[in-house]
Amino acid sequence: MFQHDRLNNEITLFQKIKNLDYILLISVILLSVLSVFVMYSTDGGEILFHTKNHFVKLAVFFPLMIFVAFFNIKFWHNFSYIIYFIVILLLIYVSFFGIKSSGSQRWMDLYLFVLQPSELMKVAIIMCLAKYYHRLKIENVNSFTSITIVLSIIIIPIIFVIAQPDLGTSILIALSGLIILWLGGMKIKYFIYSFITFLISLPFIISFLKPYQKLRILTFLDPDRDPLGAGYQIIQSKIAIGSGGLNGKGFLKGTQSYLDFLPEKHTDFIFTLFSEEFGFIGSVGLLILYSIIIFRIVRIGAISRSNFARLFCFGYAFAIFIYIVVNLSMVLGLLPIVGSPLPIMSYGGSSMLATMIGFGIVLSAKINHKQMIA
Amino acid sequence: MIRSNSGIRKTDVINRRMFIIGAAKIVIFVGIIARLFSLQINENKKYLTLSDKNRIREWKLPPTRGNIVDYFGNVIAGNLKVYQLHIIPEQVENFNYLLVRLKNLLDLSDKRIARINKLKKELKPWDSIIVSENLSWSQFVKINNYLYDLVGVKPVMTISRNYPFNDVYTHVLGYVSQPNEQEILDNQIIQERFVPGMKIGKLGLEKRLENHLIGTNAIQRYEVNAYGKRINQLEHQKGKQGSKIRLTVDTEIQKACGELLKEKAGSISVMDIYTGDIIAMYSSPSYNPNLFLFGISQDEWQLIRNNPLKPLINKTLSGLYSPGSTIKPIVALSALENNVIDTKFKVKCTGKMELYGQTFHCWKEKGHGWVSLKNAMKQSCDTYFYEVARLLGVDRLNITAEKFGLGKKVLGDYFDTEKKGLFPNTVWKKNNLGKGWVLGETLITGIGQGYIQTTPLQLCMMTAQIANGGFAVKPKIIVDSNPISYEDAKQSMESGLLFDTDSEKLLDKKLFKNQKNIKIVQEAMFASTNERFGTSYKSRIDDPKYQFAGKTGTAQVKRISKRERELDLELEQIPYKDRDHALYVAYGPYVEPRYALSIIVEHGGSGSKAAAPIAKKLFKLIIDRHDLRNKQSNFERITV
Repeated sequence: MFQHDRLNNEITLFQKIKNLDYILLISVILLSVLSVFVMYSTDGGEILFHTKNHFVKLAVFFPLMIFVAFFNIKFWHNFSYIIYFIVILLLIYVSFFGIKSSGSQRWMDLYLFVLQPSELMKVAIIMCLAKYYHRLKIENVNSFTSITIVLSIIIIPIIFVIAQPDLGTSILIALSGLIILWLGGMKIKYFIYSFITFLISLPFIISFLKPYQKLRILTFLDPDRDPLGAGYQIIQSKIAIGSGGLNGKGFLKGTQSYLDFLPEKHTDFIFTLFSEEFGFIGSVGLLILYSIIIFRIVRIGAISRSNFARLFCFGYAFAIFIYIVVNLSMVLGLLPIVGSPLPIMSYGGSSMLATMIGFGIVLSAKINHKQMIA
Repeated sequence: MIRSNSGIRKTDVINRRMFIIGAAKIVIFVGIIARLFSLQINENKKYLTLSDKNRIREWKLPPTRGNIVDYFGNVIAGNLKVYQLHIIPEQVENFNYLLVRLKNLLDLSDKRIARINKLKKELKPWDSIIVSENLSWSQFVKINNYLYDLVGVKPVMTISRNYPFNDVYTHVLGYVSQPNEQEILDNQIIQERFVPGMKIGKLGLEKRLENHLIGTNAIQRYEVNAYGKRINQLEHQKGKQGSKIRLTVDTEIQKACGELLKEKAGSISVMDIYTGDIIAMYSSPSYNPNLFLFGISQDEWQLIRNNPLKPLINKTLSGLYSPGSTIKPIVALSALENNVIDTKFKVKCTGKMELYGQTFHCWKEKGHGWVSLKNAMKQSCDTYFYEVARLLGVDRLNITAEKFGLGKKVLGDYFDTEKKGLFPNTVWKKNNLGKGWVLGETLITGIGQGYIQTTPLQLCMMTAQIANGGFAVKPKIIVDSNPISYEDAKQSMESGLLFDTDSEKLLDKKLFKNQKNIKIVQEAMFASTNERFGTSYKSRIDDPKYQFAGKTGTAQVKRISKRERELDLELEQIPYKDRDHALYVAYGPYVEPRYALSIIVEHGGSGSKAAAPIAKKLFKLIIDRHDLRNKQSNFERITV
């Protein structure tokens, strides 16, 4: 047994393939295929720009996921801090030399591909904190030093992302980080205290928000206050989803999206189109598919021998969950509009790249679940 | 060992905390599903409606007005295909070039071009601009020839009101034109069905019967995108044409009236004395209602408005005239009914009558000598009627006159321009002028002068009611759901009672106390036309088929001064404005009468010279068309 573990580094390619989590893999493939069809629908039933690009990205990033999976989890553990720092550097780069688009500066041109480093940070922060807690002694979890360090790890990237400005992504990064702090064993009362502090300082925070962000909150509270302006997106989104009914209007028959009533239908509002065309049954089906993915990731975390893999998987499962919840709550009118894509489904390379890398690391954890990390 | 211990403890913490998170996840997912359920299942209907509202736009098209036909089914207000020219700005490559081309092709005014440019700015680029509402066929052909060069131009065929008989029916039908804001607000139905370019009745029956004629909109449903652009047509819902309305009028007779009054100001009304059907109702001069359909030009409008013969006034209903001697049958009848006179009663006419120092002249300066009722009526002796009126008194005369329809609207609420006229009595004068009645006023009322004012249609109805033996008729111009045949009308009339479908009551149709008196008046009117020395003897027709009885009238429009009386000027020597109105009322055929008419020629001079000859020509036509009309009685019945 021991010997076997020691020989883990020399695990054969065949064994690696055999050890992949096929339920997770099939779910991701299903989701990918589905996303291409939905993208095809957003293009009005034609293979146009978005469908083509989305497909190409899947065709590149899906193999990349497998490629990532074939690296030992130990490798990802070793490179966690470096990856985190690289992404921080990219964020700094973007804040100076990034491409500006519709008022924010989030992207860098990689010639073939426009990268949004803040999306990568969503995964990088989990890796970084997972490694930190993996190495931290349980006794020191609530020490002043360690809390200062982990908060710094979370706050530094958030400063850059907020400055872009990109509230949605920074919230997701913060939540992804906080979940590791939670899992790592930070005292529950700290969470409660900071939550209370957050609530108290909320009016203060709001006063710091940009006018369009304030407008979004007001609009969330009462979408009808400006139905053709700020409230338009959310009203049209609710109309699309609500009119879908039990069975939906049918594939390629979503009138709201087809007739351009839906804004951002390729990206943040992709679920709206899906739900309009496939109805309640389709929407619940999609949620089940996501739930399977999340459950599989949690399960991989649970069987992992190393706490790094465990923390990463649990954290990443939660992150995926949070992405879905934030996105769906937004399109369902339960939360104010914050830009947040739906994993895999939404059009957007960086988000998909980050998600696939995350899945890759999870699969790596599965392949090497018996791997101990010192 | 410690390390592995702490490792295990750490794993426990992670697993425990993960369990809490897992539970939270389930709760949140269930919450999201609940939200989905509430939107998609519970509120599905609401959002489906909203979604349809989003994507479906309705375009209402102007409704097609119902036709108006005459008694014989000839269309007198119909619809015509018209050719219009629309521009769809988004399809135009070079708008200014296009306008220059169209300006040359269609002779558009600079004002029109400016208007098109203004519209272009106001409308969405896919909304069409109407360049011309009514292209002539040659213009339409021209446009079609150059269509290859006029990108974005769309020749359109649509339907517009048309009056095939031009000015013949103007005062009956009125005309249609674009409604103003108030008219849209005032009528619920117009408000609902209004679309730009729609026309509504502005006058006459077109206005009165608007709600029947209007028709329903054809509706085109289009799927539109978020920007309002039409994506595809979903359905076309056909509109219903407005109700067809059949009038009692006879176009041939109506046309003849127009011919007979050509270049004169006046009015002719013809009525069936039993059914009350108005067979003709012409006011002269008329004007062409088709001019108003596409906006009348300022020049044409000024021409109509400033015409001294006042074409805009419907003289038949709104013209108020002194009836002159045409009132004499009623004066005679009233006196007979009140036993003031009998047929043997005689008055000596010396050409004038003195009363309290005032002189009342007979038209015949030399006087008529001793005259009885028949002779007085025949020769229209004023002195006789002064005396009869004096004996009768204005109040008793008023009662009879009002019974026969004077001082009341004839067609009720069908024409809002109809006037009531006035038949005075002592109470009226006291109330309205604040002065007591003077006997002299009774005298001039007896010859149809003074305060008394009548419309031509009232005189026609009065005559009809004498002609039918003294029974009330209900004049009508629309063939209603339940047209009464001439025989039925006559029979019910002679029984003295009629079931009135409107009020659902049996009406007492008798207007007399003793029908013999009616007969006496009828005979006197016969004498006036058919016996020598009768005032309209020259206009008589001897053939009993056409023979008619009538009474002339000459209404003074100003007081004749002593000097003028002495001068005894010829008509041509008097200024037009001062000439007398010529009137004539008649009915025929004398044996078995059927039709009554009234003719008035404004400033035409004497009734015998200017009005009675018109009746002679008209009666021939009316009687000739009698059989045709009888056959037509059962022509399709149309509900209004």
